[in-house]
Amino acid sequence: MLLSEIKYLVLKDIKLEFKQRYAINGILLYVVSTIFVSYLSFAKIIDSATWNSLFWIIMLFAAVNAVSKSFVQESTSRQLYYYTVTSPQAIILSKMIYNFMLMGVLSLLCLLVFTGLMGEFVVNYPLFISALLLGSFGFASALTMIAAIASRTNNNFALMAILSFPVVMPLLLTLMKVSSAALSVGTVSGNMKYLAALFMLNAIVIALSYVLFPYLWRD
Amino acid sequence: MNEFIKNNWWKLLGVLLILYSIVAGFLIDIPDIMGNIGESMRNLFFHVVMWFAMMVMFGTSLVRSLRYLSTFDIKHDVIAIEAVNVGLFFGILGIITGMEWANYTWGTPWTNDPQLNGAAISLLAYFAYVVLRRSIDEENKRARISAVYNIFAFAMLIVFIGILPKLASGSLHPGAGGSQSTVNSLDFTMRLVFYPAIAGWIIIGYWLIGIRVKMAYIRQHLDNPE
Repeated sequence: MLLSEIKYLVLKDIKLEFKQRYAINGILLYVVSTIFVSYLSFAKIIDSATWNSLFWIIMLFAAVNAVSKSFVQESTSRQLYYYTVTSPQAIILSKMIYNFMLMGVLSLLCLLVFTGLMGEFVVNYPLFISALLLGSFGFASALTMIAAIASRTNNNFALMAILSFPVVMPLLLTLMKVSSAALSVGTVSGNMKYLAALFMLNAIVIALSYVLFPYLWRD
Repeated sequence: MNEFIKNNWWKLLGVLLILYSIVAGFLIDIPDIMGNIGESMRNLFFHVVMWFAMMVMFGTSLVRSLRYLSTFDIKHDVIAIEAVNVGLFFGILGIITGMEWANYTWGTPWTNDPQLNGAAISLLAYFAYVVLRRSIDEENKRARISAVYNIFAFAMLIVFIGILPKLASGSLHPGAGGSQSTVNSLDFTMRLVFYPAIAGWIIIGYWLIGIRVKMAYIRQHLDNPE
């Protein structure tokens, strides 16, 4: 029951996206132009620590921008309609899955353009890609919940940033640690404790959202 | 008079405990536990105590937020926000006393250390909580949404303060990355000052919450007097 609801809601979001085609294009263009701006200002990066932090800062801002639209793009009357036909858990989980797919595309594109312009620093690709995927998943789930909170307030976009930065900071710092290992001699097995910590963080976020979202949803 | 003492003895107890911890904290002999700290170890009775009091205040706020979501009684929400305000006060004092201490022992008021950054980020999250509340006008909606953020942020920050410093190696701050916690290595006389100090500041914290809750009700009454 819940699974089929989630499936329909995710398909609905994807269809909506392909019909409007402004959110995904907008966010992809945002990433490319941010990387281009940093390329113009840095010219060439010579040390991997700078590469790493710049990459994740761009990812953070792109993620906040991409996910903040989740709940405000649909009108209140349409949300009222969803309220009558589905469960709140299906709504939040479907938004998370959709945002995860969005973040996956976004992060791979970011990696591609970033290595193209700023030079290639990644040594261990399996480790870096697994950090990227776990990071996309974590950003998507934590930020979806924050977007749901921020969408209920009067100034959504300003609050999105201040509410989300402290909450995603544990995630971001762990990600930076794993990916900086992937830029030198780190291996997947050597960084297993960080990958496990990331996985656990994601599990906590999803469990909390599942329990808490119904309280945000009813109005 | 008896009634007054009966209702307020715990406030007096709190004041006496803090007075005792200040006087005794400056008078007792301090063994040089850590090797490089010396007499500045006396800051333990002020700095570490602030963080304990802060965690108790934020814990109180979490419990009240949970109870608000299960009962929808606005009383719990008022206590939740006032506990956060008092917790922030202790947190700021904790940061100031910590910077003072770090300046003497490490030579710099702030270092890039997981424990320090964790403290700073949790304060940011609770400031964000205060800002979130200001941006919602309707009372019940504000209570519900801020309770959700309070629970969410608390869970994420416990992970941050509890687990991440343990993963990191080479933290300067005691109690992280395998180094022995200071509290476990205290000698008996220091414990005799340390624990009463914690109890005293927690009592003062609850007193402050009580006063601020009364102020909130009075303000509410003045805004719509009917």
